[in-house]
Amino acid sequence: MSTAQPAEMSGTTPAGVPAASRASAGRSPGSRSEGRTLGVFSQGFLVLWACMAAGPLLWAAMSSLKTDGQILESPWSLPTSLNWENWVRAWNGAHIGEYTLNSLVVVIPSVLGTMLLGSMTAYVLARFEFPGNRFIYYLFVGGMTFPVIMAIVPLFFVMKNLSLLSTPHGLILAYIAYSLPFTTFFMTAFFRTLPGAIAEAAMIDGASHARVFFQVMLPMAKPGLVSIGIFNFLGQWNQYLLPIALNTEDPDKALLTQGLATLAVSQGYKGDWSGLFAGLTIATLPVLVVYTVFQRQVQAGLTSGALK
Amino acid sequence: MATDSRVVADETTAGTAKGPGVGGFAASRHYRTFVKYRFIAGFLAFPLALYGVFVISPFFQTFYYSLTDWTGYSSDFAFIGLDNFGRLLEDGLFWKALGHNLVLLVCLPLLALGLGLFFAFMLNVGGRHARGEAAAGVRGSHIYKIVYFFPQVLSVAIIAVLWGNIYNPQGGLLNGVLNAVGLSSLEQNWLGDPGLALSCVLAVMVWANVGFYVVLFSAAMGSIPRDIYEAVLLDGASRMTTFFRITLPLIRDTVQTGWVYAGIMALETCFAYVHIMTVNQGGPNYSTLVLPVYLYNKAFRDGQAGYATAVGVALLLVTMLFAVVAMGLGRRRDRIEF
Repeated sequence: MSTAQPAEMSGTTPAGVPAASRASAGRSPGSRSEGRTLGVFSQGFLVLWACMAAGPLLWAAMSSLKTDGQILESPWSLPTSLNWENWVRAWNGAHIGEYTLNSLVVVIPSVLGTMLLGSMTAYVLARFEFPGNRFIYYLFVGGMTFPVIMAIVPLFFVMKNLSLLSTPHGLILAYIAYSLPFTTFFMTAFFRTLPGAIAEAAMIDGASHARVFFQVMLPMAKPGLVSIGIFNFLGQWNQYLLPIALNTEDPDKALLTQGLATLAVSQGYKGDWSGLFAGLTIATLPVLVVYTVFQRQVQAGLTSGALK
Repeated sequence: MATDSRVVADETTAGTAKGPGVGGFAASRHYRTFVKYRFIAGFLAFPLALYGVFVISPFFQTFYYSLTDWTGYSSDFAFIGLDNFGRLLEDGLFWKALGHNLVLLVCLPLLALGLGLFFAFMLNVGGRHARGEAAAGVRGSHIYKIVYFFPQVLSVAIIAVLWGNIYNPQGGLLNGVLNAVGLSSLEQNWLGDPGLALSCVLAVMVWANVGFYVVLFSAAMGSIPRDIYEAVLLDGASRMTTFFRITLPLIRDTVQTGWVYAGIMALETCFAYVHIMTVNQGGPNYSTLVLPVYLYNKAFRDGQAGYATAVGVALLLVTMLFAVVAMGLGRRRDRIEF
């Protein structure tokens, strides 16, 4: 009956009022409660994942301060006493300090080299017309898509023939070469967006091409350089495949990633879990601190590749 | 003729005598072109040489060596045609490794992108409609993004060593937690169980990459104009509808790129996880073997460099097939501008 003439009923009979209010205004309280459940629900999931993301790292930090007995007995509990000597043992005895230094010796020059060579290539490709420009561009872009592991066997022998195996400068050259495709691709896009007027003005004033690049264009490209610099630093710092294939002769020269993987095996045999966790925490902490300070730039830098 | 050229020569010498830049060759168009090409060559020479020696040449050498029986220990080898590829077809371990790669290729993008989209949507649009905004982010979305991104800045080596210990049946976190909440019946020898090991590796890869997609999709969702959400809300759309009809179509390009990233990760970056975390690098009983690890072991452990490069060629083929499929499936007929 009420469904036959709802409009008429709702206005006249009191029985129609709740029906009408349910029909017309019903959406707002309904969606508000839906919003509230969803809000609680989504907050719950978000908190859960936050715990899952940070939990393992906190657990490693916690375990690094326990004794081996405590770790095996109750992996879940807080340390009863702070055993900082685990950290000392990891830094000195397990060579984490040495490995960190080895990594820095390779990664700092290679990031700087990548930035310099990458932006030089990108600048020329973005702002000069010459025969072969497109060919070289696609040569670099093509390099982004093919698997590094595929080239690793011939690369090993190329390096061997040039006596670059297990040397810092050999690794630096390999790191730069494999970082060039993405750096060039990214910076080419960036240089294309920069206005040309300032460069032209500098040319008219008699500046050379090289000077225009270093003193005018490179400073203008700073936001792009920061993004790609962070991207390259983290990528090269975290590189695992290239060092374990190309830097194996001398265990003392191992990079941090190699060293940690070896440490996991050797400390596992020795049962020195606390030393291993201390090593992990030492390797993790500086990266996380730097990230937390520069998190906006780091997030932008690491996702820059996918957003371009 | 002769006099003409002498006149030109006289002019140029006179020009240079007057000083550079005033006239003559130094100011001519040819000179400018010469300077330009000298600059281009100077800037490109070293990067191109480096790239050619370390990237391009190994890439092509891979195809060449895949046709040889090279061991890698000595410099002599014989040309054996397609024998290596014939051997691949009958190599049970190769197919097993390829199968594991395909499992990762399907599951990793599905889980990592799925969770990434879910969390990004919750962070950006999931909040209550306080402050009169149509689409509000949840409180503290900034903090969540920082924490979610933690695994992304750590090296795969750290993550793999850490998770190897979390899965460790002796004093590992996972069994410890299960024990603590009274689910000790679920305790497992995680990485030691051939039936579970690959799922464990997959779980770590998902864990490590969700944060990247949350940040990536958040950025994409942030660029969707708010008035679209307002309009949808006025029309009474639920959050589910909003997500599937508005948000997802508008960030489709980013999702597609993310999918390609995750796929390449499943095919290649799985190397470090499997190499560090699993028993005997691909075990137990080859249950976590993937193509990159198989290639590495063949080349650097078994002395079969030629055969390893053939595995590399196969891996390239799979990668290219995936890229074609991913691009083809994601192609849209119409572009939405906003």
